[in-house]
Amino acid sequence: MFDTQFLIEVLVGGLLSGVMYSLVAIGFVLIYKTSGVLNFAQGAMLLFAALTFVSLVERGTPFALALLATLAIMVALGITIERAVLRPLINQPPITLFMATLGLSYVIEGAAQLLWGTQVHGLEIGVSDIPFDIAGVFISRFDLFAAAVAGSLVALFTLFFRYTRTGLAFRAVADDQFAALAVGLRLPRVWAAVWTAAGIVALVAGLLWGARLGVQFSLSLVVLKALPVLVLGGFDSITGAIVGGLLIGAIEKLAEVYVGPFFGGGIEAWAAYVVALALLLVRPSGLFGQKLVERV
Amino acid sequence: MTTFRHAKLALGAALALGLVTSLPTFIPQAKADEQFFPLQSYRVGPYAAGGTGFFGGFIDYLNLINIRDGGVNGVKLTWDEGETQYEVERGVEVYERLKSRPGVAAWNPLSVGIAYAMIDRISKDKVPLITINHGRTDSTDGRVFPYVFPLLLNPYSETSGIVNYIATREGGAEKLKGKKIVVLYHGSPYGKETIPIYKLLSDKYGFELEQIEVPHPGNEQQSQWLSIRRAKADYVVLRGWGVMNPVALKTAQKTGFPVDHIIGNVWSNSEEDVIPAGDAAKGYVAITTQASGAEYPVLQEVIKTVYGAGKGNLDDKKRIGSVYHNLGIVNGILNVEAVRIAQEKFGKRTLTGDEVRWGFEHLQLDPARVEALGAKGLFHSINVTWDNHEGNGRVTFQQWDGAKWKVVSDWISPDWAALRPIIEKSSTAYAQERGIKIRTSGDDPVGQ
Amino acid sequence: MTTITETTVAPTRLSWLTPNLLGVALLLLLGYGLVPWIGSDYLMDAVLTPFLALALAAIGLNVLTGYAGQVSLGSAAFLAVGAYAAYNLNLRLPSLPLLADIVLAGAIAAAVGIVFGLPSLRLRGFYLAVSTLAAQFFVQWALTKFGWFSNDNASGVIDAPVIRIGSLSFTSATGRYVFSLSIVAVATALTARLLASQIGRNFIAVRDHEVAAKVIGVPLLRTKLLAFGISSFLIGVAGVLWAFAYLRTVEPAGFNLDRSFQILFIIIIGGLASLRGAFIGAAFIVVFPLLLSRLGAALLGSVFDSGVLEMSQRIVIGALIIAFLIAEPRGLVALIDRAVAAARRLRSSQS
Repeated sequence: MFDTQFLIEVLVGGLLSGVMYSLVAIGFVLIYKTSGVLNFAQGAMLLFAALTFVSLVERGTPFALALLATLAIMVALGITIERAVLRPLINQPPITLFMATLGLSYVIEGAAQLLWGTQVHGLEIGVSDIPFDIAGVFISRFDLFAAAVAGSLVALFTLFFRYTRTGLAFRAVADDQFAALAVGLRLPRVWAAVWTAAGIVALVAGLLWGARLGVQFSLSLVVLKALPVLVLGGFDSITGAIVGGLLIGAIEKLAEVYVGPFFGGGIEAWAAYVVALALLLVRPSGLFGQKLVERV
Repeated sequence: MTTFRHAKLALGAALALGLVTSLPTFIPQAKADEQFFPLQSYRVGPYAAGGTGFFGGFIDYLNLINIRDGGVNGVKLTWDEGETQYEVERGVEVYERLKSRPGVAAWNPLSVGIAYAMIDRISKDKVPLITINHGRTDSTDGRVFPYVFPLLLNPYSETSGIVNYIATREGGAEKLKGKKIVVLYHGSPYGKETIPIYKLLSDKYGFELEQIEVPHPGNEQQSQWLSIRRAKADYVVLRGWGVMNPVALKTAQKTGFPVDHIIGNVWSNSEEDVIPAGDAAKGYVAITTQASGAEYPVLQEVIKTVYGAGKGNLDDKKRIGSVYHNLGIVNGILNVEAVRIAQEKFGKRTLTGDEVRWGFEHLQLDPARVEALGAKGLFHSINVTWDNHEGNGRVTFQQWDGAKWKVVSDWISPDWAALRPIIEKSSTAYAQERGIKIRTSGDDPVGQ
Repeated sequence: MTTITETTVAPTRLSWLTPNLLGVALLLLLGYGLVPWIGSDYLMDAVLTPFLALALAAIGLNVLTGYAGQVSLGSAAFLAVGAYAAYNLNLRLPSLPLLADIVLAGAIAAAVGIVFGLPSLRLRGFYLAVSTLAAQFFVQWALTKFGWFSNDNASGVIDAPVIRIGSLSFTSATGRYVFSLSIVAVATALTARLLASQIGRNFIAVRDHEVAAKVIGVPLLRTKLLAFGISSFLIGVAGVLWAFAYLRTVEPAGFNLDRSFQILFIIIIGGLASLRGAFIGAAFIVVFPLLLSRLGAALLGSVFDSGVLEMSQRIVIGALIIAFLIAEPRGLVALIDRAVAAARRLRSSQS
């Protein structure tokens, strides 16, 4: 007996979870694309943003003001990171930069908890999560809302990159760093813009994930969900992050429900990586990643 | 030249090591008649919320005894904290650092991993290890584990207590027949520990059972809850940990499972587990050994005497009377009373770890004594003996109303008699593997 | 631009390969002759033993990442494989001597490492690094899932056996320290020999330029898998030390991603492609936080509560890591070398 309705439910749930993964992955892609840094501090930034916002709201700041204040703090954080960490490390090998972002995540996590304490917080963003019942299939209201937010965010970035000067500079840098330098683009400025953008993504992802999990230290662990998405979609493609997220979300849930029981369950943690790996063996730079050009 | 370099390097290393090792000696030595509690606390990291509550409550109670009574019969209580971030090797480091301080009474790590790593060490050093509400189940058997005390509740009793509670809600154990219970457990050794016990109880009472794993850390549970819905479960037992708990409650709401049919275990029962879930947690029920709230006389005295003197340990006074804080208070009561009982026998002075062990093995607080301590209703009673190191703690169930926990059941007894043979089987195997002599009476010499 | 970032790795330093025997002898003399007699239990049990285990793990990762140029984020998984393999060998084949258990456990870790190293044939850089996370999560899951690995202990925790070789038993803190020191010294010496051979040169060739290495006849497939195997072997042995000599009881959760990062930190901070760097980095990562927390508690303990202190330390450690990377991306080894060179110049200019 095969339950199609259940299959659809799992699939839809998986795709919607996948959107949440994409949201985190986009933050990674923005930075990797322009500076070749795998920014492990993305999770810490997400935690910092959510914690700042929720603490401000709990201290009586109105919602909109708290959002603006957090946004301003994230922008300042992005610019500071570019100044203090990235600029001095220019032209270092990627592994060094990666370790620097790990160090950075310690600093940000420590600072977040030092400033706002280690308490857990609930975060209500005004979307209740009573599921829609469509022909017996439950669909989460909150997840739909999150998908809409993620969609608008991506649309906004697309417009930005296509029609603004900074956006064009960003694309030039992503295409060819040296050529961009040669035509006189100022790399630090582009980087500062990119880290700011990543900070904004962290804020949005932090609020949505925070509403799902509660705002607490574990929020920084959601980056682990984004990594297989990056591998699958390619580290340097926003399209890849979205498609990868949807695929990983769906595959992960289907695997857990239909394959998991044969192994005693709990395979979600690594199933995503195995799928991503299998695909990589066919396409070593992910679905949408830039091909590696070998110079001899 | 290079020799010079290596020599300098070695010298530098030696100096640094010397600094590390000599630092403990800067700390002033304890004077006579002090009893020392080394604390492997965790105030940072993913579990900081629980750590600050528990260790805050423990310290608050020790402070109360010092300020109000001038210590236990004049013996002052002292403590020192070492941060572990809930990591085993940091716990071990703190153990090695603090173990040689004079007058160590007992260790209270509140971490399964750290507790396990300490069992060999404390058995050799002859100091009690208290794992209130958690720990290694078979250490309940004091014949094999003379120095380990899983006070009040071990994981097996917890399982039995939860099933007994569901039975009372259904109107009797015979009504469990044909009901479907799903256990949603954290994908870790802790989560898996009770799998055979639920199976055993399912066979005994005839309820249908499904046990579903949530991979660590548990921030995604869509597929598990869809499976629960498909299984048409009557009850879900939440054997969670950290962020897994609020996510479970949220996802339950998302998939339309009634929250008041979710029963949380002892690591899913705190404010920290429900507050992040917001409204989704309203109506959720969880097991506990100690009621929450600050209305008990002992809590009132803590507020008046300790916080009144500005010596309270919690930064946020709203957390006084929370689940973890009260667990810390109860833990303080049990430790202090064990010291007091041991003093009756050995004299009112600084005791050795082995003497405190004797105190714990005679830690018998009946409801009247609990009331005298100002803790009536906070916890029920305890009856530790030389071979039963758990002490038959009773459990109760509390329901979250959106702002606080409310007790919704009587004090329920787990089925200790049915569990004891399983525990003894495991502990005997351990004794054989390790070549430990099994004690045959409380007067037996202990140690390996 | 990917190629730009891929090629620059620290220039190879072979200083350890032509070791100044006197310096090594001096350190060994200190380690064997002095520390066991004057060191406290705390020093040996809580500082030096984990230092040695982590240093060995770092040497293992350095073989893979520093010499052969393949980044792995799965080191903790191989530590776990080593620890659990040795436990099961000891339990199920009691007739085998402990040393054989350790070597076999390393071999099992090597086999697992080779399997998870297979993707390296197709993947580069971070794609490879992230795919090694599959090892990280899979191993932890398998060890938790299948009770057989932990002899069906209800809590999945294993208790290490007493370390005994022949009639010698290493139970005391000193004994376990000396045991670890001996294993690490032998393993380091063997690794140094290996890296000085053709195999080591092949590793470096693959790291510096894969295509060129292929052209001059280095077998890519064999070399990469060999690097994964040797690296995992060493890390597996380190896992045995971690479990048997240091903690003496381990659970799968102890081998999490943070541990992998810790080992990666050690080799980056210490210096890639340097055996000395692994030790210096391990010393920094193990000793420095202890020193910092002790100093913090001694100086400021009365002013702030321990939570605040701990968080401040986290910030300080993170900031220091960044500062080190900025000051000398090639690691502490390069920093020390530079300082020594400067001192030497100063001295020669004076004379």
